[in-house]
Amino acid sequence: MSGAALTQPAPRLRLSVSQEWLLAGAIVVLFVVVGLINPRFVASRNLQTILLGNAYVAVAAIGMSMVIVSGNIDISVGSLIGVLATVSGSLAVAGVPSVLAWLLPIALGVVVMAAQGAVVAYLGLPSIVVTLGMLSILKGGLISVTNGVWISNLPDDYHLAQWSLFGVVPVPVLFMLVLTVAAAWWMRNTATGRGIYAVGGNAEAARLCGIGRQRTVLMVFAIHGMFVGLAAVLFATQLSVIQSTVPPNLELTIITASVVGGVSILGGTGTVIGSTLAAVLIAAIGSSLIFVNLSPFWLRAVQGVLILITVLADIYRRRRRRGAR
Amino acid sequence: MSDRSAALRLPRLAAHELVLLVILIVALAVLAALSDRFFTLDNLLNQGMLMTEVGLMAMPMTFVIVTGGIDLSVGSALGMCAILLGYSWHNWGFPLPLAIGFALLAGAAGGFVNGWFITRLNVPPLIMTIATLALYRGLAEGISQAHSVRGYPDWFYGLGQGALFGVPSQLWLFFAAILVFGVILGFTTFGRALRAIGFNETGARFSGVPVDRIKLIIYTASGTMAGLAAWIFVSRVSTTRSDMGTGMELDVIAAVVLGGTSIFGGVGTVFGTVLGLLLIQLLKDGLALTGVKGDATIMVIGTVLIASILVTSFAERRRDAARASNPRSPRATTTEGRETP
Repeated sequence: MSGAALTQPAPRLRLSVSQEWLLAGAIVVLFVVVGLINPRFVASRNLQTILLGNAYVAVAAIGMSMVIVSGNIDISVGSLIGVLATVSGSLAVAGVPSVLAWLLPIALGVVVMAAQGAVVAYLGLPSIVVTLGMLSILKGGLISVTNGVWISNLPDDYHLAQWSLFGVVPVPVLFMLVLTVAAAWWMRNTATGRGIYAVGGNAEAARLCGIGRQRTVLMVFAIHGMFVGLAAVLFATQLSVIQSTVPPNLELTIITASVVGGVSILGGTGTVIGSTLAAVLIAAIGSSLIFVNLSPFWLRAVQGVLILITVLADIYRRRRRRGAR
Repeated sequence: MSDRSAALRLPRLAAHELVLLVILIVALAVLAALSDRFFTLDNLLNQGMLMTEVGLMAMPMTFVIVTGGIDLSVGSALGMCAILLGYSWHNWGFPLPLAIGFALLAGAAGGFVNGWFITRLNVPPLIMTIATLALYRGLAEGISQAHSVRGYPDWFYGLGQGALFGVPSQLWLFFAAILVFGVILGFTTFGRALRAIGFNETGARFSGVPVDRIKLIIYTASGTMAGLAAWIFVSRVSTTRSDMGTGMELDVIAAVVLGGTSIFGGVGTVFGTVLGLLLIQLLKDGLALTGVKGDATIMVIGTVLIASILVTSFAERRRDAARASNPRSPRATTTEGRETP
């Protein structure tokens, strides 16, 4: 199974393409169906709310996808976003120029994630344990330092969403689109990017090809930290009041986006285009429940079923492919 | 080869458990010195009561992780069972004993679904249980629409708030669970098969171990224990809410991993898990008594978790290095101190 990862890139690429088309198709179907039931769902105002409100999930899912492709996982992502959003907001309120309030959390994100990556890569501890421990540390640390205080009176120029490209694409959505395309291109077309797939698919084979597992894992976590930092800033700047707590279940939403996007938890496959589409799909489903008069309390059940369907479809396709060979 | 089978035969009381014991004793001493309310029977029993729900779920979780799997859905399964208990009684008119049975059955079914997908369709446990983590919580929220249920009859609180021979009732269940799961993992063929699966699943399969059936059993057990924990939880706090048990899976896994069960499978003991549970609860309680707030406690637990794994990892590396430098006795230490010479 893992031996085939390096020698047969073609079927894998076709697989990931179809996963992305599937998601794109699902998004279109959802918008058409729900739009027919309630036209207000496809109003540009609602579309913008969906995209703006969830761009940060997609951005974090880019980093998460890289981490999962490399054969690891990060459970601490939700807590880190909570911490960095608080840091960013506190800086902005303290009178620090907004540019610094945006950039410092990103740098901090890189540092925290790189530290975790170093422990995972060089000390050989399983990423699920390290990030589980970090989740507790960040979550506990955040509340004991801030007491869950609300950060308000954010300066006007702090909010990123007030600017938009050509007056159509708000900055957070722009970040989401550009970063997705850039990361997908990088992972597919550069030696370093492909190295992530190699390490996740078969670490030993990658090592024999001269790709260092440890260095790659450290790099992936550091890059993930950058995306998490940016996600935290996008999250914080869309709020008028930042609650200095950890957004509940955020890590699961992000991991779900990656997995539904076609990133295999076993490592070695998946693209960030898929994860971004999945993030949009999940957000759109959440929004659509309200427009078809279903209680939003069913959202998580729908999410769970969605992951199951994705996984089953993936298994079915793999079996058919194996049968076809 | 003979060393391998010896490794499987004896439960491991390795460096990690010793490290934990030492930490535990130091923590006990420090906490007893810091607060005179800590080392009282009342307080200790009360703490035991508080850790029962996590503890019960940690027992099958030890089995699951020993086989190299994981079950992230237990917290949500607890919430689903709690809601089904409350709703089937309050809204659907079930008699309360039947509602309790229904909740336990729902837990078992939830675990069975995990196990079935994992064994029959080869869905990775992490993915499967992330999916059901969302699904079971979603069912709890969807069915209850976030309404709570309260006003249970008095006898119902006996399990969660009553006592038997001076010891909180649920602690008896917990002791029984420790005994049963400990004996199974340590001294039976089933326990040995669990370690064999975690150590080398293909090898276990070829040795005639019914891998799929065993996995199905332990995931079902995991769901069932979540149902039992839900019953105790509802009885203890007198109310049913759909957010019960949120994030509890992480507490459970932290206790198991802290207890020395390898997340890669093959290694682990119920004794270690109990030590992990005790240590976490002691830290929570002791720090609270000495005036540290609950949130800082979470931080300490995270640090202890990482630190304890680091120490064990270093110890194992040094041993591996020693083994590598002495090729004449490569196998002599593979039992990792499980056998005293």
